[in-house]
Amino acid sequence: MSLLEVRELEKSFGGVAAISDLSFTVPEGQVYAVIGPNGAGKTTLFNMLSGVYVPSDGAIEFAGASLVGLPPHRVAERGIARTFQNLQVFFNMTVLENVMVGCHLRSHIGLFRAALRPPGVVREERRVRDWALQALAFCGLEKLADRPADALPYGELKRIEIARALAAKPRLLLMDEPAAGLNDTETVELRHLVRRICDSGVTVLLVEHNMGLVMEVSDTVLVLDYGSKLAEGTTREVQNDPKVVAAYLGGEVQYAVK
Amino acid sequence: MKGLLRLRGFFAFALLVAALPLLFPDNYFVTVVGVTIGFNVVLAVGLNLFIGYAGQISLGHAAFFGMGAYASAILTTRYGWSPWPAMGVGLVLVYLIATLISRPILKLKGHYLAMATLGFGIIVNIIMIETVEWTGGPDGMSGIPGLEIFGWAVDSDLRWYAVMAVVMLATIWLSLNIIDSRAGRALRAVHGSEVAAQTLGVDTAYTKSQIFVFAACLASLAGSLFAHQQNFISPVSFNFFFSIELVTMVVLGGLASTFGAVFGAIVLTLLPQVLVVFEDYEVLILGAILMSIMIFLPQGLFVGLVRGGKALARRLFPGLSAAAARSGAGS
Amino acid sequence: MLDQILQFLITGITIGSTYALVGLGFAIIYNASSVVNFAQGEFVMIGAMSAVWLLATGMPYPLALVIAVLVTTCVGFALNRFAIRPARGATVITTIIITIGAAIFLRGAALLIWGKDIFALPHFSSEEALHVGAATLLPQNLWVMGITAVMVLAVRWFFDRTLMGKAILACACNQGTASLMGINVGLMMLVSYGLSAFLGAVAGILVAPIAFTSYDAGIMLGLKGFSAAILGGMGSSMGAVAGGLLLGVLESLSAGLISSGYKDAIAFTIVLLVLILKPSGLFGRKTADRV
Repeated sequence: MSLLEVRELEKSFGGVAAISDLSFTVPEGQVYAVIGPNGAGKTTLFNMLSGVYVPSDGAIEFAGASLVGLPPHRVAERGIARTFQNLQVFFNMTVLENVMVGCHLRSHIGLFRAALRPPGVVREERRVRDWALQALAFCGLEKLADRPADALPYGELKRIEIARALAAKPRLLLMDEPAAGLNDTETVELRHLVRRICDSGVTVLLVEHNMGLVMEVSDTVLVLDYGSKLAEGTTREVQNDPKVVAAYLGGEVQYAVK
Repeated sequence: MKGLLRLRGFFAFALLVAALPLLFPDNYFVTVVGVTIGFNVVLAVGLNLFIGYAGQISLGHAAFFGMGAYASAILTTRYGWSPWPAMGVGLVLVYLIATLISRPILKLKGHYLAMATLGFGIIVNIIMIETVEWTGGPDGMSGIPGLEIFGWAVDSDLRWYAVMAVVMLATIWLSLNIIDSRAGRALRAVHGSEVAAQTLGVDTAYTKSQIFVFAACLASLAGSLFAHQQNFISPVSFNFFFSIELVTMVVLGGLASTFGAVFGAIVLTLLPQVLVVFEDYEVLILGAILMSIMIFLPQGLFVGLVRGGKALARRLFPGLSAAAARSGAGS
Repeated sequence: MLDQILQFLITGITIGSTYALVGLGFAIIYNASSVVNFAQGEFVMIGAMSAVWLLATGMPYPLALVIAVLVTTCVGFALNRFAIRPARGATVITTIIITIGAAIFLRGAALLIWGKDIFALPHFSSEEALHVGAATLLPQNLWVMGITAVMVLAVRWFFDRTLMGKAILACACNQGTASLMGINVGLMMLVSYGLSAFLGAVAGILVAPIAFTSYDAGIMLGLKGFSAAILGGMGSSMGAVAGGLLLGVLESLSAGLISSGYKDAIAFTIVLLVLILKPSGLFGRKTADRV
């Protein structure tokens, strides 16, 4: 079953086409990677998928319903969560509070009930706390729950963003360069985490430059170049595609495939 | 934080407020200045939710305070209404106006938002001055009746102290509840990263608007009470200087801290009283103090003092502090 | 009617020139350090009041004016060195409060030195009015417009053509990189504040013969100057100038044609409308955050 369908997607800024005539399908339950040189349009694509940008043309369908024109918070309501290339952790809160924001859509207490704080609200708060702790535990971060987010190292912050996105119980998780800035050990941990996420039923769409990670964890790879599809297929197919090798991978290094 | 323990700061403060008139009976500072502090705390705590937690800025908050005051004054003196329905009308009016302007204005950020709110505040204040047939113009409105609560006449300084103490504590309690809730986290998320908040399902435009209106409504209530307490109001109490004073209270105490706002309100209400002894130097010294505090304690006076106190406690009582650190973060 | 409008235009451009210079000062400091200097209006006041004071000592008028402007420039240096520099890295709102504190401080000093009286400066040249149709034009009006134009062009030349001007712009873009390129960022900041104070003082002495001055004259001027800078778009110096002139003219026309009590309200309403329709100001560039 295809979870996400993108058809003839276009996005121009001024006169420059960042994405042109892009079509691809993400089946549910997969780890689907998008790779390509810098400037190929990967983050633009993500921003369109999460509602931050509006496409100039084309269609985006998620679970059969169109996403085009929806503001980001409505896209989130449909079941899509994302992490960011430039960390967008809430530095003014603790780690646990960060992840509790991830549970925003799973709870429905408005301002007035919150202000009066009847027992129902207290119970709901406890539930949200537990959900957040579960998400933290899934990412191995339970011990950091009460630490202020602004005092933590980069690698942990990246995982906090992932835990926060998972707390929303999304159907699709968009990960924008999750391995950027991570060392080898952290990258291996990330690989395991992505696999765990996918096994738990969340479809992962990931943009990444780290080819080792991409080739080891992905089911399908989409290669973008100058805003259009250069190739799409399994990791083996893409690695051996001469167009991809010429534009991006280079011929010398062989990556272990999934 | 569990239950009542979460509110330990609040209970301590409430105890202090209740004890003051008992410890210092018939004291001008407690009953009269205390009432003024009460008003300022309600305004500052509300504003702090908007500025400190949601990370926005408003340089026109005095306008809502004034609108509540004038609504009450006009309806009670010119139309003979009873104070409580008049207060309700003021509240509804402010709710509508704040909601109306919030959507377009809150799309702005930083200095542009500062300008927009500043402009709004000045425009409202000018209307107060110019619509003489309604508001009495620069001379203000006098003869505003006092307040009665189910027959209990609030006709003494001490009674007003009691009323404002309750209103002030209620405001602080509401604020503490909001912060430690889904709504409060949504606010802080907007401040932390608006984009990330949106991708987690937070309708940031609505969130900002909602807290803006909430703070405005609190200000309106305070304004209505102010009118009945003073029995006289004039536009000069609701001008942009007062808006700046309110922002200063919030920042001085420490942003994103309810008790910081309380502290800031107390300090800034007391400071002119204290400085008046310096006569001609009063304004100069006020400016110097403001600058110094913001330069050397940019996280705010209250937060700075709390941290300093904690650091001192750690030096003097190392064992105790370790236990305190494990019990989690404060307000 | 047309003559009336001409009169309002003359008044409007005159007061607008003051707003333009104050707004330009805001823009320069903002461009250099991302700080909105709420004490900007006080530079205008100090320039005018110092000139009055120096003149009262019997000094020749031109010398008094020059020294008054220099004194104010030094106040600008002091503001940067003692209030802004120590608070480097503070948040936007903290620096706003610092500059507000500085404004209060300067006003307090003025109150202490000069009291609450209102003062006027003599006109620069003749006080005899010229007639343009049925409208009157004072020579002082021409002084204001002329010298403002010269100042604006000089500032433009400074930022476009001189090395120091470009160095300041570099600091505005990225202080860290500018510093690595050998630019003395601290000095550039000092110069920017001094320049803004200089412009403020010039505005003060230009308009004091017509609009008088007192210890609290700086407040509204500061606000209007800020509005001018916002109207033009916070990053644009020339936008601030245009904004100031526009604001002055609109204010004058509203005062004359609609109501003088509401003139400030109308001015601010227009600023609000511009902000709602074009959030980055008339000439400002839209900024987007990279995520």
